[in-house]
Amino acid sequence: MANTKDIVYGLYNDEEDLLRAVKQAKADHLEIMDVYTPFPIHGLDPILGLEESRLHIAGFIYGAIGTLTAFGGMTWIFTKDWKQIFGGKPHWPVPSFIPITFELTVLFACVGMVITFYVINGLGPGVVNPTIDLRITDDKFCIAFDKSEVNAAAAESFLRSSGASEVHSKTI
Amino acid sequence: MSAHISDIRDPLVLGHKTYHDITEDLVSPTERPPGMGWTVGLILSLAMLAFGLFCIAWTVWHGIGTWNLNRTIGWGWDITNFVWWIGIGHAGTLISAILLLFRQKWRTGVNRAAEAMTIFAVICAAIFPGIHVGRAWVVFYFFPYPNTRGPIWPNFNSPLLWDVFAISTYFTVSLLFWYTGLVPDFATVRDRASGLRRKIYNFLSFGWTGSAKHWQRWESLSLILAGIATPLVLSVHTIVSFDFATSIIPGWHTTIFPPYFVAGAIFSGFAMVLTLMIVTRKLLGLEEYITIAHIESMNKVIVVTGTIVGVAYLTELFIAWYSGYVYEQFAFFNRAAGPYWWSYFGMMFCNVISPQVFWKKSWRRNIALTFFVSIVINIGMWFERFVIIGTTLARDYVPSSWSYYSPTWVEIGIFLGTMGLFMTLYLLFCRVAPVVAIAEIKSILKTAGDQYTGPNKLHHGHDDHGHGHDSGHGKDHHLKVVSSNIGAGTAGTMGAAAAVREGESFITESEVEQQPKESGISPKEATQAQPDNLKKIEGIGPKIAEILNNGGIYTFAELANTPVDTISELLAAAGPRFQMQVPESWPEQAGLARDGKWNELKDLQDRLDGGKYV
Repeated sequence: MANTKDIVYGLYNDEEDLLRAVKQAKADHLEIMDVYTPFPIHGLDPILGLEESRLHIAGFIYGAIGTLTAFGGMTWIFTKDWKQIFGGKPHWPVPSFIPITFELTVLFACVGMVITFYVINGLGPGVVNPTIDLRITDDKFCIAFDKSEVNAAAAESFLRSSGASEVHSKTI
Repeated sequence: MSAHISDIRDPLVLGHKTYHDITEDLVSPTERPPGMGWTVGLILSLAMLAFGLFCIAWTVWHGIGTWNLNRTIGWGWDITNFVWWIGIGHAGTLISAILLLFRQKWRTGVNRAAEAMTIFAVICAAIFPGIHVGRAWVVFYFFPYPNTRGPIWPNFNSPLLWDVFAISTYFTVSLLFWYTGLVPDFATVRDRASGLRRKIYNFLSFGWTGSAKHWQRWESLSLILAGIATPLVLSVHTIVSFDFATSIIPGWHTTIFPPYFVAGAIFSGFAMVLTLMIVTRKLLGLEEYITIAHIESMNKVIVVTGTIVGVAYLTELFIAWYSGYVYEQFAFFNRAAGPYWWSYFGMMFCNVISPQVFWKKSWRRNIALTFFVSIVINIGMWFERFVIIGTTLARDYVPSSWSYYSPTWVEIGIFLGTMGLFMTLYLLFCRVAPVVAIAEIKSILKTAGDQYTGPNKLHHGHDDHGHGHDSGHGKDHHLKVVSSNIGAGTAGTMGAAAAVREGESFITESEVEQQPKESGISPKEATQAQPDNLKKIEGIGPKIAEILNNGGIYTFAELANTPVDTISELLAAAGPRFQMQVPESWPEQAGLARDGKWNELKDLQDRLDGGKYV
């Protein structure tokens, strides 16, 4: 691969050890490359300094596009493109449009958000991401440092002293 | 974790699982060769599916005339089955979306399978509108698209068209929601596999890594999908009910239909979830993840929604009488006393009477009874749709067109075929995907695992600061159970778990063998004195409290009298992760706690940093 990284990582056995270690690393001004966990850890984001996800804003925008598409589309069809009278109703029967408008709002918001989620995460069918450790999706909690960003020796000693059960180096 | 855990709530993960145990238990069904039951089930399902496909082909080839529909009875088994399947498809999204918003932890045990069931049920449902139009090959006329026929557009005023949008949206959203939840679990399966299997699961897992940012977005996505899927799931059956309620047929033309249909859908959906889960947990050995507590929770939903449905039936009858509208009155009289009286009473018995058994706690927790009632409800909800559709249409405004409708073999065959399809898909799903959401079970382990909550938990009381000297009383206190999952050692957990399930105070042999021998301190079987909540000492959490208990330290007095070096040895013996602990202040803190000097202890703890002297 073109851009490989030399990393050093530690594996912790419990999420509470991980949280303590991340806090410690922040206090020691060690630049963490990433943290990998088998399940979402509550309280990790603020410690790690992750900003709140803006996915919901994207979702709102997609939903609004869905609303406009549905309502605008039906309005155009029934008032401009092909006027028809159904059961004596007006050409622009707003209450009748509400169910489909709602459904398309939900559909657009959902599909848009899911696609955005995979695109911004760099995930998708056929994507092969480097595996740091096979047990990260099982029961290990991992803190990884990029050796080009931190002093490798300092990072390694930090991992050992903060309770990591294993410390390894790897090129990914 | 200082989250308050109620002891009243049943634990949701039994067997003192570690994270690794969870992975092992939930992934292994996809790794071992299928059992005899599965193979026989699949063959049977495929046979039913094949017959169903044959009947669908027969219908398309010969036309709708092969069904016993006529000019008056325009809908029969087709739409009955459609509504029945759609109703079943409501529990999955309800469990995953509404229960997520309500923070109901028991959803984690059943959400994956329930969502899968939803998707398969919606597929089965969608077959019926597709073929009942007669010319199935132009079924895409349903959708508005620019065409060369004018362009001519569908009628956006029609609830039938709303239904097309509602069901397409529901299917898409459910599928995406389900798959997004599956991605991390497919990564777990991938990381245990090799060769081609690893490649396949890497493809399915989309290259998931478990990065913190990905998890954050994943949670955000799940929450918002839940938020928008909640009104969606309510809208879908509301719109299905509009198919009937906006017509001018007596018996259909009622404003009660939307809430009544939604309650009925949840009711039938949970019944089907129970039917499937009771079989699945047994066959795959998942009793520790889909527990009696889960079944009881679902039975509570059943009794509530079943009673709502019952109230709706009675309201319909009352309003028919009260309206003074003779056609409406006749429609309901005809349902109960006409030629289809048996389906009306079947419906009343199955849907209103049978779920009432679940008012009794011991019956809610009875698996055989639950299984039986869930089947009865599935049948009853089919009757409900048949009562609404079949009996109403058989007696319309014009007596000269009254007739008796019963299905042909083709209609029955198609229904059997959808059951075959449903079971085929479900059986395949059980083989390729973890039936219980692995990551979600892990995330509730610390708050709902039976070693952390409930009568069998391994430590005493919880972190309720400022409520007297020690929290929790009663027999839990004498429970001296040794954790067998300290550090990395996980073997033998199962045996230990089985032994302590009854809340007895003893240590099993296997546990004693696992004690850290190097420490030189033998574990006590029980102390006569009331044990103290050692977690009141700064630096001691539930895990370390266990380690100290294993080392024979149960009370503040015992801790106060233990040299720091001995504590360090105990910790070192428990595993590398505890070596980092600095217990230097623990005896001093324990001394204050023993003497009841809580204010002084608090002052000391304010000065300490994580239990260390500053």
